[in-house]
Amino acid sequence: MKEISERKQIMRYLPHTSEDIANMLTAVGVKDLDELFATIPEDCRRSTPLDLPTLTEWELNAHMEKLAAQTVSWNTHTIFAGAGSYHHFIPEAARYVLSRSEFATAYTPYQPEMSQGTLQGIFEYQTLVCRLLGMEIANASLYDGASALAEALLMAIRIGRAKKKTVAVSTLVNPYYRKVLETYFQSTGFKVETLPYLPDGSTDLAAIDAIDDLAGVAIQSPNFFGGIEDLAAAGQVIHDRGAVFITAFSEPLAYGLVKSPGRQDADIVCGEGQSLGLAQSFGGPGLGIFAAKQKYLRNLPGRLVGQTTDTDGRRGFVLTLSTREQHIRREKATSNICSNQSLCAMAAGIYMAALGGSGFRELAALNRDKTEYLKGALRAAGLELPFARPTFNEFVVKFPADFDAQWQKLLAEKKILCGIPLVCYYPELADHYLLCVTETKSREDLDRLVEEVKP
Amino acid sequence: MNEYVGTQGLILNEPLLWERGRKGRTGFSLPTRDVDPVALDAAIAGEGPDFPDLSEVEIVRHYTRLSQWNYGVDSGMYPLGSCTMKYNPKTNERQASLPGFAGSHPLVPSELCQGALQLIYELEHDLAHISGLEAASVQPAAGAQGEMTGMLIFAAYHRHRGQTRSKILIPDTAHGTNPASAALCGFKSVPLETGPEGVLTPEAVAAVMDEDTAGLMVTNPNTLGLFETHIRQIADIVHTKGGLIYGDGANLNAVMGIVDFSRAGIDVLHINLHKTFSTPHGGGGPGAGPVCVSRELAPFLPTPRVVKDARGYRLTEEFPLSIGKLNAFYGNFGILVRAYSFIRSLGNQLKDASQHAVLNANYIKEKLKDRYHLPFDKPCMHECVFTDRHLEPYKVTTLDLAKRLIDYGFHPPTIYFPLVVPGAIMIEPTESESRENIDQFITTMRAIAEEARTSPELLTSAPRKTKVRRLDETAAARKPCLRG
Repeated sequence: MKEISERKQIMRYLPHTSEDIANMLTAVGVKDLDELFATIPEDCRRSTPLDLPTLTEWELNAHMEKLAAQTVSWNTHTIFAGAGSYHHFIPEAARYVLSRSEFATAYTPYQPEMSQGTLQGIFEYQTLVCRLLGMEIANASLYDGASALAEALLMAIRIGRAKKKTVAVSTLVNPYYRKVLETYFQSTGFKVETLPYLPDGSTDLAAIDAIDDLAGVAIQSPNFFGGIEDLAAAGQVIHDRGAVFITAFSEPLAYGLVKSPGRQDADIVCGEGQSLGLAQSFGGPGLGIFAAKQKYLRNLPGRLVGQTTDTDGRRGFVLTLSTREQHIRREKATSNICSNQSLCAMAAGIYMAALGGSGFRELAALNRDKTEYLKGALRAAGLELPFARPTFNEFVVKFPADFDAQWQKLLAEKKILCGIPLVCYYPELADHYLLCVTETKSREDLDRLVEEVKP
Repeated sequence: MNEYVGTQGLILNEPLLWERGRKGRTGFSLPTRDVDPVALDAAIAGEGPDFPDLSEVEIVRHYTRLSQWNYGVDSGMYPLGSCTMKYNPKTNERQASLPGFAGSHPLVPSELCQGALQLIYELEHDLAHISGLEAASVQPAAGAQGEMTGMLIFAAYHRHRGQTRSKILIPDTAHGTNPASAALCGFKSVPLETGPEGVLTPEAVAAVMDEDTAGLMVTNPNTLGLFETHIRQIADIVHTKGGLIYGDGANLNAVMGIVDFSRAGIDVLHINLHKTFSTPHGGGGPGAGPVCVSRELAPFLPTPRVVKDARGYRLTEEFPLSIGKLNAFYGNFGILVRAYSFIRSLGNQLKDASQHAVLNANYIKEKLKDRYHLPFDKPCMHECVFTDRHLEPYKVTTLDLAKRLIDYGFHPPTIYFPLVVPGAIMIEPTESESRENIDQFITTMRAIAEEARTSPELLTSAPRKTKVRRLDETAAARKPCLRG
């Protein structure tokens, strides 16, 4: 017994026994493990050893369950918030096939002959994204909706060969995406202008006439207030100025129902794909979706999968057009991106396939219909919905002046998150809240919310 | 064991999604419609996407078959140099899927997400502790975004000191992301030649370092698998001229518990969680690329940051010098949960992991160097780099060797990188492989060297056991077909 209790805990991820180590050290010709590191100078070494706790598998489970229990989720609360992160049902079959370790534990498909699963899956993803957005080409993914927007605006500047140095972005583009855009642009020397919104909750494009030097303009639809923008009209105005027309989104499910950006002449479409079968996971990993017109292919950031044939003439897939990318072009690359969100793109592909064209359309309709139901009920209860633009599954409500206390109380006592206060992003919108309804909310949930908040 | 791992099972064909299915099927259980339909304005309405309709069974078979054409680290040895394909523990997946993590909305008030914030806070502290640096941000979504973060911090630091510097020094062994990230942040990269010993020399750095240079980006251990032995002296040269040192921590796996990056003179270090901290690479991501920084640079870290006070953990933007936000929310949180689980599972044995990884690389180097040309014959760190010089007489290349390894059941090493080594074969076994696996890999590599001499066509016509054989990449690029 003594022998057992004094034995060092063997770490299950490390297969070497002490005998293996001794034999291998002999083969290498060093006396101990420390000698392997003899080339590291003394002044680069740690002066103290690592000091980290160690948990067994079972202790880790208990510890993590405790942490997870201290974070609210849709399991514990009724959440009427979106703002770029949406709760949708994920079919178990989709979750299950995605977790196949041949997908999850593979690296980037540098050896296509043994990566055809990932490659065909991403080729299918690219295709379904094109069909969803009405676009000609889509890449294999970027990090998230925010970085996709930044990359789109940088691409607009490349398309103009960096002669035009200003881009414009609607204030109704998700405020977090706009913050990320500022980060990406801070050391480039290029300028970002913002476009105000109109009383109906859509973007006011009049201001672009005053901007010289305009390389590209980005509009989000559905926008941050949930409003569906008139992209066709916007595109015309933007194209008349000779600028690249970019549309962004954070809720791609909308295109199951509303006209796609491609049908409205968008040059680049970028956005967040979390809605397409990804867990919300405290905001990440998400999925940066990126699509464009064919003529801009050589300017596209990120990886692309293409179809080809093998030496026996069979269909197969490879990473292609990598002369745009950092590992070949280095400082002249179209982006610095290397690892993207490949497994998230697989998840989105699987999700779109699981719903199918008919299911996707029906689900989109259900999201909107439930939203319209709640909008109607809130209006009937005497609340103001200040923006008239048609919406998809998010909308703005103006509550009475003292609503903040009630909002807190609802959250604490009733476990209802009644939207996101907009005043943090739009100082002029005190008492305005952004609410979100998806298929996960029953009519009963909606009725209960109205009962709680009616003035 | 006299059998090779590579064999052939039944490989099933599977068409593209839209070559399957039939209109009217679905793989989704549509929630009950408990509200009335509301007509949509015709000016806005679209016709919906043209996706194929498949049943759940068809979906499951489709993706199961696709998965069987893939090879993951769960399938076998994946000695992809500099990419560090170590085992991805299964408990990590469980933790990331706990409802409080997977089902949490990122915009709930701090009081209601204490667990998630605690995890971020502790992970940042652990990474700072492991690197020896002062503070960390786990926000960057991948290594390249970590590099961008580092370059933005460089620019912000110099701006704060009233300076604009235009250049960055980057060694010729660097990953392509280094110059690309520097360019994205407005810097012009100045290439540095690696010295004859496979490491940077202080003289090379001193010759180009000036007061218009923001700093140096250095991967240490470098992509030749060597520790940059002059790093301290090089850092002094750069610091004296007011510059900063960026450490690309892609290869941190070699030196956990051994190197103190702060003492080595590093100011900013990025870490790839999918390499060193065992998160699955997912066929190309999502990864995570946290950055660790010195005390002086901590105010420039991205926001929001998690801070801890008497009331608990909270997110704050109160860092006026911050470079700002990198992601819509807080980065790839699900990946952070996995890395945290790995660190908690190994604890101080992270050092053992590094030691075993380095032992394995040196063992392979010793056992193969009589058969394969080793450009730098000296003790290596986590990886060793050979070339195809000894294969040249038989008109066989690194690519042929890589493809032949596939037939034997191994994922090939990284090839043709670093660029400074022609025909490079970069092998990184990691700590995950048992001695038997490594011996089998060595036996295979030696057998292939022999085949190159006796029957080179076995290499040039490989692979033969895979779903498809060599693919025409030239045709793919010349006539791009990017969707069906």
